[in-house]
Amino acid sequence: MYELFKTKASAVGAEVHRVGGKIEAVELIVSLLKDENVVDLPGCRAVWAEGTFLNGIDRGALKELPGLSFEVTRERAAQAKVGISEMSFAVADTGSLVQDQSAAADRLASSLTDIHIALVPSANIVPDKVSLFSRISPRTSRYIAFITGPSRTADIERVLTIGVHGPQRLVIIFVDGLEGVSR
Amino acid sequence: MKKEFKASINRALNDANLTGALGKFSEAYKVNRAKAYDGMDFEALRSTVAEAKSKAACHLDEVADVFKANAEALGAKVFRTRDPQEVKRYILQLAKDKGVRSVVKSKSMATEEIHLNRALLDEGISVAETDLGEWIIQLAGQTPSHMVMPAIHMTKEEVAEIFSKEVDERLSTDIPRLVKVARNELRPKFLAADMGISGGNIAVAETGSIVLVTNEGNARLVTSLPRIHVALIGVEKLVEKFESVAPILDALPRSATAQLLTSYVSIITGPTPNDDGSEKELHIILMDNRRTEMAQDPKFKQALQCIRCGSCLNVCPIFRLVGGHVFGSIYTGGIGTILTAWFDELKKSEDIQGLCIQCGNCKEVCPGKLDIPEMIMEIRRRLVLEKGQPLLQKAIFGVVNNRRLFHGMLRAASVAAKPFSSAGFIRHLPLFLADLTDGRSLPAIAEKPFRDIFPEIVQPQAKEKAVFYAGCLIDFAYPETGVALVKLLNKAGIEVVFPEEQTCCGAPALYNGAYEVAAQNAVDNIQALLQQEAQYVVSACPTCTVALAHEFGKTLESLGQTEWMEKAQELAAKTVDLSTLVKRLTDEGRLSFEEGEGLSKITYHDSCHLKRTLKVSEEPRELLQKAGYQLEEMFECDMCCGMGGSYSMKLPEISAPILKRKLQNIKETGAPVVAMDCPGCVMQIRGGFDQQEGGVKVKHTAELLAERLKG
Ligand code: SF4
Ligand code: SF4
Repeated sequence: MYELFKTKASAVGAEVHRVGGKIEAVELIVSLLKDENVVDLPGCRAVWAEGTFLNGIDRGALKELPGLSFEVTRERAAQAKVGISEMSFAVADTGSLVQDQSAAADRLASSLTDIHIALVPSANIVPDKVSLFSRISPRTSRYIAFITGPSRTADIERVLTIGVHGPQRLVIIFVDGLEGVSR
Repeated sequence: MKKEFKASINRALNDANLTGALGKFSEAYKVNRAKAYDGMDFEALRSTVAEAKSKAACHLDEVADVFKANAEALGAKVFRTRDPQEVKRYILQLAKDKGVRSVVKSKSMATEEIHLNRALLDEGISVAETDLGEWIIQLAGQTPSHMVMPAIHMTKEEVAEIFSKEVDERLSTDIPRLVKVARNELRPKFLAADMGISGGNIAVAETGSIVLVTNEGNARLVTSLPRIHVALIGVEKLVEKFESVAPILDALPRSATAQLLTSYVSIITGPTPNDDGSEKELHIILMDNRRTEMAQDPKFKQALQCIRCGSCLNVCPIFRLVGGHVFGSIYTGGIGTILTAWFDELKKSEDIQGLCIQCGNCKEVCPGKLDIPEMIMEIRRRLVLEKGQPLLQKAIFGVVNNRRLFHGMLRAASVAAKPFSSAGFIRHLPLFLADLTDGRSLPAIAEKPFRDIFPEIVQPQAKEKAVFYAGCLIDFAYPETGVALVKLLNKAGIEVVFPEEQTCCGAPALYNGAYEVAAQNAVDNIQALLQQEAQYVVSACPTCTVALAHEFGKTLESLGQTEWMEKAQELAAKTVDLSTLVKRLTDEGRLSFEEGEGLSKITYHDSCHLKRTLKVSEEPRELLQKAGYQLEEMFECDMCCGMGGSYSMKLPEISAPILKRKLQNIKETGAPVVAMDCPGCVMQIRGGFDQQEGGVKVKHTAELLAERLKG
């Protein structure tokens, strides 16, 4: 299913990675942030929305990235180049990520930034919407968000253009060995 | 048709940018849509969608109540009203109470429907459309031309021009750069807005949820950043159960833009916290604006199954020529014609309903299973009921309704060339006798109609009999097609009978909304065709076949003439088109063709009624190949040729370019012969090639097959 997901998500312009665990995930994120000059350039920032992935993470090790903030306000998110957030599910047949984004921080980090880095437990890939809806429900989740590739438009002469109001890059990192997150 | 309307059509036709963009798009769309649905059972999917929507439409009141109760239990405020004015009042009052100075909007057709922006601006509240296409047309002071791609009619040059004014800087036509400009310009508006207004693609009663589908991500910002969120939703967006969301999400993006899913889908169920920790105010307005009335109308109820995907526009041969603005200001294309007739008023659809050529392309792709051409016919009928038939048409149909007079005139027409054309009304006669029109010659009326030739053909005495229904065109213009048909059936040992009392099939009257006339035609034909015991009633004209097999019953029923229903059904059951019957006879080994080493290449044009109403497309192809032809498919083989009965006379400016495109596609195959199963298409396409050097030979399938009969 991972392969199917990767094919579908890549087809709509997402970048898909897979790592063995939390440590590798953090390493990958740090290197992505460095590639984007989040550390060096003035004004370039990154926001990381709180979630279960961060439990037990040594945030001190991330100190070398002064532009990174775990406090996601609208101002920070609007200025940030990169937003990092957790997504609960991956839907293979459409290459979509899904999360309960009732928490404003989750939405800000994934909608206002130029680049969205999404962390997903590899265990939570489901084949399709129907199986997704047996795991997630509007009765318990007030804002269910599907994200499929980066923001796009074709409103000018039908030319596909990436990154209008939302991120222009979606980087998906599947993390093995995580407990399947329930929400 | 009003002068201004004709003028707007011509403006659109002369706009090369517009027709170029739409043409290219619709070609690509067809391929991409097929890819997006690959491996999916579209028929099953659309049945599920249509059923869920129609179930909700049948109990709109209850379903809306359930929605309201559930959404309010979660803290949303739900306001339901029939009156669009009240919607505006509600929003303005809310804005006033909460001190709203600025609004950002995510695309919503419902707000266009009630001209909400104007109302807000009049109160001094700033409004920004945030969907890129909507923002472009807002800045340009225009209206959307397509419900999914509102600015498809504009070029990048025009957009650059508009944006340059906005940012006070000379911008190039680089599209990604223009998109960046939009992002930068709109970002502060999102962050500063007090109120976000969205539409809603689905509203789920069971859970009180609304579902928003976008690609740009603007709906996420509109529903997240401002402290107040107002969702304006037409009640037709309601479904009862949450389980209906998945199939609609399967169909909507695939049909709209050939995507498996849009970049963003948001399912919002009750208010969420704002980023400062306060709870968002969520107002959901369920707007009626005649939708409930529509739900109670047996003919138009199905319109509530629409999921606003716009695919009906993408495949419409008329839309791709003239674009959306010809249709009016809000909803465009075939579905727009229907919605305009209801949400605005019937009278407003008077001109635009005439744009539909009844080709059925839209019906074939609609994920909501709407029969758009049928509803447009119903609009025609109601306009006629309301206003009466135009005098001229009345005179014509008076003639058509009098078999003797009608046939007499047709005969007379063959004696001298166009003897009646100066009499004015005759040129409006259904199907033929018109003056020459652009790019197409009309057929001469045959010297000897089929009805005079038929008695000279000696019939085999056989147990099996087929009644031949010729229809006006074969009878009076193309008797050779009739002769070919008789030859084919005789060869298979079938006796053909030709009741002289048969008359016009009523399609011209029906397609012009003159139901009474069509009903009279139906009754006359039922009597004539059922006179003799026969196994089949066969026709070589798909429009006639459709009339006999589908329309007679419907027409009579709609007029309450139920005494004829049984007979109509009997006739329908016996009716078969020529290719289907010949295919059957060939399969049974009763007919065979000369084994020719491949004759020439041939290409086949699918007639609208044959392919889409009668669902016949493989049969003639197989037969022609059996008869020794080498089939070479043309591009868009099933696109309308622009004939559409009297359409080519009423709107020659649209019919001509459609024909031109068809001729081009035929020529590009390199085949010297094009076959088709409809004498109307023969007339149109042959007429077109007539005026071109080295034209392609245009033949009815019946003739080509009869030539190749064995023995
Ligand atoms: S009528 Fe059908 S095809 Fe047209 S917008 Fe509605 S659902 Fe889509
Ligand atoms: S029937 Fe054909 S012409 Fe009429 S609206 Fe549908 S696609 Fe357009």
